[in-house]
Amino acid sequence: MKVIPLSPPDLAVVSLLVIALAGLSAAMGLGVARRILVAASRTVVQLLLIGMVLKALFATAHVGLIAVVALVMLAAAGQEVIARQTRRYSGWWGYGLGTGAMFVSSFAVAIIALAVVIGPQPWYAPQYAIPLLGMLLGNTMNGVALGLERLTQGAWQGRSIIEQRLMLGYGRSEALHDVKREAMRLGMIPVINSMAAAGLVSLPGMMTGQILAGSAPMMAVKYQILIMFLITAGTGFGIVAAVSLGARRLFDERHRLRLDRLTAVPLD
Amino acid sequence: MAQLRFEGLEFHDVGPLSLLVEPGECVCISGPSGAGKTLMLRAITDLDQHQGNVWLGDDLCESIDAPTWRRWVALLPAESGWWNDIVGPHLEGVGQNELAQLGFDVDVMGWSVDRLSTGEKQRLALIRLLAQKPKALLLDEPTAALDEQNTQQVEKVVEEYCDRTAAPVVWISHDTQQIKRIAGRCLRLSDGQLLGVSG
Repeated sequence: MKVIPLSPPDLAVVSLLVIALAGLSAAMGLGVARRILVAASRTVVQLLLIGMVLKALFATAHVGLIAVVALVMLAAAGQEVIARQTRRYSGWWGYGLGTGAMFVSSFAVAIIALAVVIGPQPWYAPQYAIPLLGMLLGNTMNGVALGLERLTQGAWQGRSIIEQRLMLGYGRSEALHDVKREAMRLGMIPVINSMAAAGLVSLPGMMTGQILAGSAPMMAVKYQILIMFLITAGTGFGIVAAVSLGARRLFDERHRLRLDRLTAVPLD
Repeated sequence: MAQLRFEGLEFHDVGPLSLLVEPGECVCISGPSGAGKTLMLRAITDLDQHQGNVWLGDDLCESIDAPTWRRWVALLPAESGWWNDIVGPHLEGVGQNELAQLGFDVDVMGWSVDRLSTGEKQRLALIRLLAQKPKALLLDEPTAALDEQNTQQVEKVVEEYCDRTAAPVVWISHDTQQIKRIAGRCLRLSDGQLLGVSG
């Protein structure tokens, strides 16, 4: 089966739906109309750009070029994690924490999947490597952002209790234990839920794409299971790493709570 | 049997401060609010960054692992923190006698923390602290929310603890009657300096 090609007029028709939504939001004073339009434009521009990049990338399959694209994706995910924090770590930690955790977990899981499980030739073949890494980073980014936000907010709101525990001679990890656990839990819930609901409530995006592109359903299903497990592992380990490092950074070597290392971001 | 001593203690824009509290001695600190009394106690227990040295006996603060130091040189904050729904889990190892000394019976273990009055919290926080057998006490207005009778009970409990263990005590208080009752010495912290108060 050949994929039915989409033409620009086809996309123009569905873009009317988004414009209508923006119009409705404006009429109801929801204050998101502008954001809808900007985000929709970004979708078009960013996806067209990545389409061109992928086209060039698939043509050359140069390992250095693939690495550059992968790092740009990582940097963008790191920026997105920061953008979602209401209290950010000052200095390099703000950027390095989330980005480092995502790098370790997403890249490790992607390399395992490529080299051990899927086994394309060469293992970094961009048709496999880039979409896989994209899905991993996208989900890990959400989890890490959520986990770190909960961690810093929890520490801020619970600071008097954390300090009370320190006064009673608790160490830094005991003093923050419940906040840390809650942050990790909260970060992991979306991926756990999406595993639980897969196929019942939603047909996952990748599987839908493969079926639309003409794959046999069972083939699409197997790939989807692989991807969901990879995403869960990548996201989970990424959250554990980011929250653990972040929690450690909230204290100094004398087990003092150092909330001065966080900078509050004014809400707009 | 150890004295509490600090030299050149500086934090925020207060200090340098120096003080020596003998074993079993109770030194009262008074002074205008905002002078840094609470911050001084936090620096001594090493909860805030500070300059200068603090010793308990021969042990320099930095040479002792921080959680251990805070169990030794224990701070009772003006407002205590409670994280469990009921009182019991906060008071591990506390017996009937310790509770009775400050007017509670064992039932209190099952009480909801939300329903404690400020004064009850203050007394229970002291029980919790003493159960850890600290070697020195830093008390931040421990009787501020208490009536006359409970205030004197708290004074008595602290006094007995010090007699028994020879723990040095630094006690922040604004109550001149109380200072007369408990203090061996009284100092005033204002304008970033610790000064002796005569009489």
